[in-house]
Amino acid sequence: MTARMEFWTSTFREKPLSAFGLVLIVFFILVAGLAPVLAPADRRAYDPYLIPEFGYSPDPLPPSREHPFGTTQEQFDLYYGMVWGTRTAFRVALSVVAVALAAGLLVGGVSGFYGGWLDDLLMRLTDVVLAFPALLLAVVIVAVLGPSLEHVMLSVAAVSWPSYARLLRGEVLALKGREFVLAARGLGASDARILFKHILPNAVYPLLVYASLDVGNIVITAAALSFLGLGAPIGYADWGQLVSLSRNWILGAPGRPFAYWYTILIPGGAIFLFVLGWNLVGDAVRDILDPRSVSR
Amino acid sequence: MLRFIGRRLLFLPLVLFGVTALLFFAVDFLSPEMRAALYVRSPRQTASVEAVIEKYGLRKPLPVQYGVWLREALRGNLGYSETARMPVADAIREFFPATLELAIAAFVPTVVLGVFLGVLSAVFKDRWLDQATRFVAITGYSLPSFVLGLVLLMLFYGKWHLFPPGRCSLAVDLAIHAADFKHPTGLLALDAILDGRWDVFMDVARHLVLPAATLTYINLALLLRVTRSSMLEELGKDYVRTARAKGLPESLVVGRHALRNALMPVITLSSLLFVSLLGGVVITETIFDYPGIGRWTVMAAQELDIPGVVGTTLLASILFVIANLCADLLYAVVDPRLRT
Repeated sequence: MTARMEFWTSTFREKPLSAFGLVLIVFFILVAGLAPVLAPADRRAYDPYLIPEFGYSPDPLPPSREHPFGTTQEQFDLYYGMVWGTRTAFRVALSVVAVALAAGLLVGGVSGFYGGWLDDLLMRLTDVVLAFPALLLAVVIVAVLGPSLEHVMLSVAAVSWPSYARLLRGEVLALKGREFVLAARGLGASDARILFKHILPNAVYPLLVYASLDVGNIVITAAALSFLGLGAPIGYADWGQLVSLSRNWILGAPGRPFAYWYTILIPGGAIFLFVLGWNLVGDAVRDILDPRSVSR
Repeated sequence: MLRFIGRRLLFLPLVLFGVTALLFFAVDFLSPEMRAALYVRSPRQTASVEAVIEKYGLRKPLPVQYGVWLREALRGNLGYSETARMPVADAIREFFPATLELAIAAFVPTVVLGVFLGVLSAVFKDRWLDQATRFVAITGYSLPSFVLGLVLLMLFYGKWHLFPPGRCSLAVDLAIHAADFKHPTGLLALDAILDGRWDVFMDVARHLVLPAATLTYINLALLLRVTRSSMLEELGKDYVRTARAKGLPESLVVGRHALRNALMPVITLSSLLFVSLLGGVVITETIFDYPGIGRWTVMAAQELDIPGVVGTTLLASILFVIANLCADLLYAVVDPRLRT
């Protein structure tokens, strides 16, 4: 075992909570990966992400042999929705991080590398985007583009990229004057080659750490938009959407206040555990990479 | 000091220009017919959409349109909101006091608890209290407000009937719209006290508990952790050691010396927190059916009421920009080093 790996394992051993976070993430990865096995879609299904409907009763039904997590209003199977919703959660998180990372790399890289008026312009642009409350700007973008899951991802990416760009710009600025960059320039390398081959590979690491810390935020924002009815259509396997289906039922039935507990606690609990997992792991990653915060 | 303030003030119009331009650009994706409502003053005008489009040049190039829109906005014409059933400017006046009331009800406990627990967990670092606040913080980060809000409603309204949603109950709603109830401030709880109506006050307070508690829990995490780490940093500094070496009591060292310096980042964070609460707590207001700016924004977004969406977002972003400015200026007042 290398020293580096030992350092990582010892950190997780000393922080049992973060190890728990890792377990949560691994669990969700397994569920997402095995979704077709855990909840096989109907062969005739048009899209496996559409939750099958069982009957037309408007009331949710409690967990049973056929529906282990019960059903939502209008009889969407909660178990199926939860399993495939895990895939949706990863898809949203990864797409948003990928887009925000790409935009951050481009804007932050160019801004830090060239400086001057271009830097000023791009950084003022990030100022402007950051001057909006993130969720509200995302709501505007989805409202204009029309409700759909793709637009939710796009809007969340549109409000997240400035932080990535600023972080990368700082890294690029710090690296620009280093010897290996000057050496490459001395050897006659082009700007693009210096930026993409020499600077970015060295600057991207902190960005990835930030991304791991950001995943929880992204998933909450996207779920909130879905919850507000601005995301996937009803019946699509999406946790935020499933929580919104519980809104009419949280008061329970007369005399049985918790009659429909499963409609809120199951999808809501999944979002919580998913985000908790990422936040706990992000916490450990930050401690590992930031030697100043080591307090032991 | 003056140069610092001057530079910040010069920067303000630039950011405001950027904010309005970005917002206008985002809406420009829609057809002129859909954007016409941004200029309409009353629903009767919608009969002749073409005339509105013609009058405000909605088919002209973007910069021209932006100029016209900005001129109208500065005159106070932000269009007619279909969901609020009134002009946007009136709707903001109508909904803003409710949001302000909720913001205050959530802000005070958040800051008091956040600073108090943050300081305590720095002083008792790695003891059980620190671990407990760490748990509060990490669950607060991870719990979406719509899940927490719904679970609270399930318990405190569905089960115990203690704290209902909405802003006030029906009887009180009638009472406050009666002629003898005065609205000097627009904040219902405060008005009720000024009018000596304790029944109204109790009812309004009961409706505020759950949304305020939800917002407090969600926002507490950040404030608590920032206070804690800022406090830890100050407690490790030389002047604290000097103060201790002088034999000052620990309460004085922590409360007088360290806390004052540790509060800097807390000030910025709290001013931004307050404004983000004012800008519309979109989710929480929606869940608790609280008639404020945030719930209106959501209704507008769901029904493609563009003037409503643009109006609320504009309000929130301008408040945000101003709060940032105030935080910077406050910084300069608190920290003499920044004045040069």
